[in-house]
This record gives sequence, structure tokens and C-alpha cells, in this order.
Amino acid sequence: MRETLRGLLDRYGIVLALLLMIAVLTILQPEYFPSVGNITNIARQISVNALLALGEFLVILTAGIDLSVGSVMALSMVTLALLSHNGLPDILALGAALGVGLIFGLLNGWGLTKLRLPHPFIVTLATLNIARGITYLISQGVPISGLPPALRFFGSYDIYLSGTGDRRIVVPVSLLVVLVAYVLVGLLLVRSRTGRHIYAVGGNAQAARFAGINVDRILNIVYILCGLLAAMAGVLMAGRTNSGYPNAGLQAELDAIAAVIIGGASFFGGRGTVIGTFVGVLIMGLLRNGLNLMNVSAFWQMVVIGVVILLAVYVDVLRQRVPQQQRS
Amino acid sequence: MPAVEMKSICKSFGPVRALDHVSLSLDPGEVLGLVGDNAAGKSTLMKVLTGAYFPDAGTVRFEGREVRWRDPHESRQAGVEMVYQDFALAGNLDITANIFMGREHTQPVLGSSLRLLDERTMEASARELLDRLKIQVKSVRLKVENLSGGQRQAVAIARATAFQAKVVIMDEPTAALAVKEVGKVLEIIRGLKEHGIAVIIISHRMQDVFQVSDRIAVLRQGRNAGERLTKQTTMDEIVAMIVGAADSVPVPVA
Repeated sequence: MRETLRGLLDRYGIVLALLLMIAVLTILQPEYFPSVGNITNIARQISVNALLALGEFLVILTAGIDLSVGSVMALSMVTLALLSHNGLPDILALGAALGVGLIFGLLNGWGLTKLRLPHPFIVTLATLNIARGITYLISQGVPISGLPPALRFFGSYDIYLSGTGDRRIVVPVSLLVVLVAYVLVGLLLVRSRTGRHIYAVGGNAQAARFAGINVDRILNIVYILCGLLAAMAGVLMAGRTNSGYPNAGLQAELDAIAAVIIGGASFFGGRGTVIGTFVGVLIMGLLRNGLNLMNVSAFWQMVVIGVVILLAVYVDVLRQRVPQQQRS
Repeated sequence: MPAVEMKSICKSFGPVRALDHVSLSLDPGEVLGLVGDNAAGKSTLMKVLTGAYFPDAGTVRFEGREVRWRDPHESRQAGVEMVYQDFALAGNLDITANIFMGREHTQPVLGSSLRLLDERTMEASARELLDRLKIQVKSVRLKVENLSGGQRQAVAIARATAFQAKVVIMDEPTAALAVKEVGKVLEIIRGLKEHGIAVIIISHRMQDVFQVSDRIAVLRQGRNAGERLTKQTTMDEIVAMIVGAADSVPVPVA
């Protein structure tokens, strides 16, 4: 009985925290927080971090880290805007923007598996700087505004569902992109061999190697997916802001990592779920939104998010401690 | 026909002669204890058998055919499995996932272009496998990190035998276990005999080797130092062979 209760808390504790937050925010801001407009707004705001966090989650599952996602996102965004401004057809500009993510994912993977750099922290710290540097070089440090409608589609369009005025209910396309990405990655992780191997590599890389799993291939896959998702985040951001600006995504990697950790994934790999990550993203999004509604300054928001990270991980530490004591 | 026959194996690493004309044979269903001091060549010999090392000279025969395995993958496909000392399991995955790690069953979905994990088949085979080896666990969906050392070793052994293994090599299978769990693991090893699986056990725990093996082969400084049927020898004799005192010191009567 206690075991099942603990299992439930293990699995859904983070969801409880989210529901609690929603309840508190609804009580504190009954007029604004639960309004259709605000919820749509949250959905739009979290979409970039949601994609970055999803990629980061895959990497963290293998006990890795990708510091380059914020820079890759900016480079993809600026590439999209720049190529479009130079008259490249939309589809090619989009392809190139995603290609940026693919290339940097490959670079990160190769740095780790071919150059055998000692820790992903190092190779992705390098690509963080390289991607950001190239972003400033090709944009000369200035934003590039104005994108054709087709390129703004993913980031800024809404699908109309029903109602008018205050009751007008829409679904942002960016939210759909996020949901599709989460469902696909979730399926990959839970239902495919590759997904099982990702968990195995994160749980015990040596065991995975002994079992005949191609560990390097798995690492390359997760860094490439992470790069692609970061590039897609750049496309969303470009659509939403109708521009490519070189300072986009500064420190976005830290928000992504924070969401993954709040979502219950272990920094040591092998533990965590797509749903947990999504909840982590939501918690960060709601926190920012709620604090904004209550006119809490952005500086205090950072302090609060820091505290939440500490709390989330401490709860995890407590949770891990129980079974260990039972065993010994 | 022996399951494995290694003849006159030599292997050097630079100036160090790790194996000097070492021979070893093993029948189906036989449990062989491979003992020797540190650096006697046990691990090197087993790595030659699994194909992790290629011998400088000598031949390896598997079920009568000469084989030249170049990596442990090939030997595994033929039916030679290794159970590692530290279990080599992923604690975050459940028993079924560990047993099938790297060899997961899949089934086609939406036509045949997409293949997804076939959890039902894997779960059923895991259950059947554990029952056959008389390994008792509450559920094959338990995470391995929640198992005791003995249960983990049992899962590691089950995994090694899951795919028509003919020879299973175990490196210190009881070293990391609590005393009360050793007996259970030895029982499982003896159980493998019934399924015709040949077992090589590398162990420093002499009482375990005596309890479970049919025959004991001793290596010393990279050479064969003799072989005894377990029934016809004593621990003192084997220890004397290990340290190289067999010829000079009379075997004391216990």
C-alpha cells in the first residue's frame, strides 16, 4: 500500500505541484490568470522553451548536457531571416534554418564520439560560442526584421476554434508544433528500440556497450535531435517576433536545463519522462506568467526560479534516499 | 564433442607473455572452474575465447569447428556469453528490458516501415526464462536497481542464457554477493547444466568453485598448471597448484 502511494507520488508528484500552482494563481488572480487570452499567451510563450527543453531532455537522459541550444536557436533564426531577405524561397530558407540545427547537432555528437572530448560540457561550450559568434558575424549584430507570412506561420499563427471577443478560443500553431514534437519524441523513447537504448546508455553506458548497443550512434542521435529542436525553436521565435535578432536565446540553455530538472529528469542520466519535462516547462511558464501578473520584477523572478530548482531537486534527493535506506 | 576446445593458445602484450601455450576444453553441460593467481592469465584466456583478443598462436574450436572471432559480437552470435563481475545491468531499466538489452524484439506497425518494441513478447519470454532457471522475482517489470545483489546476478545470468547460449563465462559471479545469496546463485549455475549449457567460472572463492564445478583448471603465470576433477581433489591441492607448490610440498592431510 505504502509502496503504491510512493509510486504515485513518484510519478505524479510534479503534476500535483503544477495543479497546486494553477489553483493558487487562479485564487490570487481570478480575473486575469484563467482567462482565455492569458492561457493562449502562456501557450505561445512556453513554446520556445518547450522545444529547447525537449532536446535538452534527450541529451540529459544520456547523462550529457547541451549548452549550445540557445546559440543554435539564434543562428537558425538569423539564418532564416537573412536568407529570406536575400530572396531565397521560403522552403529553402526554412530548410537552411533547420540545417543549422542538424550541423551543430552533428558537431556536438562528433566532438564527443569522434574527437573523444572528455565531457559534453566542453564540446557544447565550444559550439555555444561558435554558433553565437557566427550569428553576430552574419547579422553584423543587428536584428533583421520582416518575414514573409509563410515563415511566420509556425511562430505566430493561431487556429480559430470558436467564439468571438473575449471568448474567442484559438490554438497557436506553435503549441501544435510543440505537442507534435513531444508526442513523437515520447513515442521514440517509450516504444522504439532507439529510445530503449537511449535509456540504457543513460543508465549504464558500459552495460549498454557490452550488450552490443552502438553507444556512439545513440549519442549522435540525441545531439542531432537536440540541435534540430533548437533550430525549430528558432523558427518559432522568428515567426513570433517577425525577425531574426542576434541576441535571441541568450542563456536560453539554462532555462531549458532548469525545466528538465524541475520536470524530474536525473542529471546523471537514464531517468525522466517527456511528460515530466513538459510539466517542468509549464511550471516555469506559469511561474513567470503568475509573477508578471502580480507585478513581481524580473529580477525577483530569477530568484524565485532559482529557489524552485533547488526545491525540485531536493525533493528528488529525498525520494531517491528512501529506497536506498530500505535496501541496506 | 567438446563445446569449446582451445589448443596451445599464445598471447603477448609487448614483452609480456600473458598466455604461453595454454589449452582448455569444455564439454556441453559441464561446469569448469578456472582458477589462478592474479595475472595468471584467466581473463586473457577468456578474452581470447570471446574474441575480444585475437591469439598470437593456437586454435579455438567451438562445437568442433575452428573459429576466428574478431570481436565479442561474433562469439555472442555463435552462443558464447559473458557475465561480468559488476553485472553490467542498467539499474534504471526493468528486468525485461535488461534481459533484452541490445536485442529487443520489435513488431511492425502501420505496414512494415515502422517497427516498435514488442513488450508483450519480451515480457512473456522473460517470465518463461526466469521460471525455467527457477529465479523468483515478484514481477519482470521491477527495476533492476530495486533488486538485491543476488537477484541482479540472477538476472545477469538469465540474460546470458536468453539467446541459445551454449557457453557462459562468469567472472567472479559470487564476489559481490551477500553470503546468504551465494547459495542461490550457485544453484542457478548448477541449473544451467540441465539445459546443456557449459559454464566457465572464474572465481577466487574456492569454496564456491568446489561447490559448483565438475572440473577445475589451474593457470599459473600464463601456463597450464594442471587440471583436476572436483570430486577427486582438495582445496589444499588446488591452492598448492595455484601458488606453484604442488611438486615440492606434500599435500597435507586435512
